[in-house]
Amino acid sequence: MRTIILKSASSYLLPVLLLFSVFILLRGHYLPGGGFVGGLVAAIAFVLDAFSNGLDKAKKILKFHPGFLMPVGLSVAFLSGISPLVFADLPMMTGIWAENPIPVIGAIGSPLFFDIGVYLVVIGSSLTIIFTISESL
Amino acid sequence: MLAAVLLGFLFSLFLVFAGSYFKGKLAVLSSIIPISLFVYFLSFLPEISNGEVVYESYEWIPSFGVNLSFTLDGLALLFALMITGIGSLVFLYTSAYLKGHKYLDRFYGYLSLFMASMLGLVLSDNLMSLFIFWELTSISSFYLIGFNNDKADSRKSALVALGITGIGGLLLLGGAVLLGDVAGTYRISEMLSMRDSITDSSHYILILLLIFGAAFTKSAQFPFHFWLPGAMKAPTPVSTYLHSATMVKAGVYLLFRMTPVLNGGDIWHTILIVVGGITMLYSAIHIIFRTDLKGILAYSTISALGILVFLIGIGTQAALIAAAVFIVVHALYKASLFLITGIIDHETGTRDVTQLAGLRKVLLPVAIAGFIAALISGGVPPTLGFVGKDLIYESTLHFTNNAVLLTILAISTNVFLFYAGFVAGVKPFMGPLPKKFENIHLPSPLMWVPPLIMTLAGLVFGIFPGLIESAFAKPIAMTQAIAFEDFHLKLWHGFNTVLGLSAITLVLGTILYLKLTPSHALENSIAKFNFISPKILFLKLSEGFAVFSSYWTNFFQTGYLRHYISTIVAFLILLLGYLIFSDFSLESDFSTLAELTIYEISILLMLLAGVLYTVFTKSRLAAVAALGVVGLSFSLLFLFYSAPDLAMTQFSVDTLTVILFVLVLYKLPRYLNLSDRWLRIKHGVLSASFGVLITLLILRVLKEPKNTEITEFYAENAYKLAHGKNVVNVILVDFRGIDTMIEISVLIVAALGVFGLLKLRLKTKDKK
Repeated sequence: MRTIILKSASSYLLPVLLLFSVFILLRGHYLPGGGFVGGLVAAIAFVLDAFSNGLDKAKKILKFHPGFLMPVGLSVAFLSGISPLVFADLPMMTGIWAENPIPVIGAIGSPLFFDIGVYLVVIGSSLTIIFTISESL
Repeated sequence: MLAAVLLGFLFSLFLVFAGSYFKGKLAVLSSIIPISLFVYFLSFLPEISNGEVVYESYEWIPSFGVNLSFTLDGLALLFALMITGIGSLVFLYTSAYLKGHKYLDRFYGYLSLFMASMLGLVLSDNLMSLFIFWELTSISSFYLIGFNNDKADSRKSALVALGITGIGGLLLLGGAVLLGDVAGTYRISEMLSMRDSITDSSHYILILLLIFGAAFTKSAQFPFHFWLPGAMKAPTPVSTYLHSATMVKAGVYLLFRMTPVLNGGDIWHTILIVVGGITMLYSAIHIIFRTDLKGILAYSTISALGILVFLIGIGTQAALIAAAVFIVVHALYKASLFLITGIIDHETGTRDVTQLAGLRKVLLPVAIAGFIAALISGGVPPTLGFVGKDLIYESTLHFTNNAVLLTILAISTNVFLFYAGFVAGVKPFMGPLPKKFENIHLPSPLMWVPPLIMTLAGLVFGIFPGLIESAFAKPIAMTQAIAFEDFHLKLWHGFNTVLGLSAITLVLGTILYLKLTPSHALENSIAKFNFISPKILFLKLSEGFAVFSSYWTNFFQTGYLRHYISTIVAFLILLLGYLIFSDFSLESDFSTLAELTIYEISILLMLLAGVLYTVFTKSRLAAVAALGVVGLSFSLLFLFYSAPDLAMTQFSVDTLTVILFVLVLYKLPRYLNLSDRWLRIKHGVLSASFGVLITLLILRVLKEPKNTEITEFYAENAYKLAHGKNVVNVILVDFRGIDTMIEISVLIVAALGVFGLLKLRLKTKDKK
């Protein structure tokens, strides 16, 4: 399935899609989007690359096994969940927010990190599943 | 007290890391733990003898009423002292008995795990924590029975014991939950004042049966007794500690504890007297058919446990005191006899009574201990055994029903127990010493001093029964919430019926011991009846269950996804169909629905086309693409109904699914017809009816009044409380963040599952 068109398109598409996925992740708090969709889009970006350039190249771009993202994401989500317990003496999962929003990114708070955790887990697990299946064929 | 309970757990945890230091010469040091605990509990003795009760409580899961509350009263103290006292001696003994064993540290770890759990069990005032410690004793017993895990029958015995006591644990949990429900608390000390409301409740019988089930399995009552002889596969210190002195008495302890709460008249008395009575006589008779010393002791232990249950069943003050004293008597002589058996086994290499003789010439101190233990066991004056036996007869004679029958039962059991004690404690030491045993010499004092200490204690307590009376008997009688009458334990009561009965027992026991020699012929004669023994029946039952469950599993777990889905859908159709048609009228109000727009109609047509193409196409890739059309149409639908988040997610998920399908299908052979026409029709009917049902369900839902409370709450508070304007996202990451956390964990589990399954398969393929 290695067509020239797909190949040349995907080398541009990968960074654009990844950027787009981060965009979706960040806008989630105010507008449609969020970690889950963002993660899926990022996963699609890599899968598309694997499709056109081969699995090995896509893996090389990633540098590490995608499964590694799963525990990282889960820890980020968990730590953001318990951060109010640790820092503010509030119950678990209470949102704590920085007072001033940062340009481009927007408001910073523990739910944002939670969403980043979800984002990472979704990328990690969907890529693990798809890569494993395509390797075993 | 919490520290006292936790000490054993901490020590076993410590052994995991520092075990290698405790394998060699330092092994004996681990006995510091039980000895210091023994001293600690001994320090409570003055308070408890004055009738005081010590409470301690720590919150654990207060919202469920589950707390670590401990009570130290007479009953708990008796058990705590027994656990730590005999524990100390067993710890010392083990250091010599298993000297140089490869896994000695592991053994000590299990042993102290058990000690801590057992302490927790007897000190718990909360039924739930009692249950947890109860299970922990079963589990540590499992490890200890299977300690020689390279032997198949050790493993099997461990499993049987775990199975039986595990069933008991489940029953206890059921009983505890019901009892807690009826009483409104899990604290036993609070239940004491609620006896009437508990015994009057409609669940009373069920509670009683569950608690009895737990006690009978743990304390090896007929017909659950057979795990105990099997448990003798464990090293002797374990048999001494768990399976004669402490753990098997947990059931008796539970009955004791529950007497003031559940003792509600005839049914309590009848069941306990009948079960205890059968157990004590049945296993007492079994003793004469055994030639293995440990087998003899195992059956006499079961018989003694039967006596205890029987006495609790009688339930008068005299009977309860008799039971309390008998617990001490039995612990002292049975633990000694087990330790002595261990020494004999250790030195001669056999436990066969028919071969052992004359050992007094080489193992004199052991012989002395054995002789005294036999005297205690037989109830010969002036030992504590005599006091105990007198109390038993006293209580059976004064029981209101069938006093004569019960007394005869008690006497015959005691005759056999007399025999058992003498066969185990005296016979191996009598007569001429066979040549093969001439080279035996006395083992380390660590082994023969413990039994000597215990038997001497039995002698001292017999001569001064006042010690037992003030320390245990009276405080225990007070815990039983019966009208307390003052009493005195005495060795000599003067010439009366009880003394006569004691004399009869001694005479009959002596005759039995002198006339009956244990032999293999006797052992084989009973083996003929094995096929109706509860053990075989139980094993048959469990085998049958395994066969049944493998049929059941094979029927449902075919390994084909389509079968699973068909089963689930068919089941849902049945369930939903029943629910809908039992209460359904098709008079939905269609007028409230909005007009169909041209967009909706076109999406609908797209959907239909996609579905039909998927079903009827001959090309697999085309089917996948058509399925993608169905998914995308749905995401359009979501978009029209103003759910952009859902639409986006659906869109991405669908893209990934199609890619996945293509990945897999691309490599498959061109075309394979997996289903014939009938199967397709069957699946068609199944899915069509499922679709119809879901449609009906949705129409039904429309009739329900709309509840917008939740929607409004989120719409109002999303920005106020969570600084977010996208309500869906705020719900996901903030309001219901823990749900999301669990969902992503599930996602990880799924990914790991796929990874594991496929990678493992790859590896086995590589091997070929």
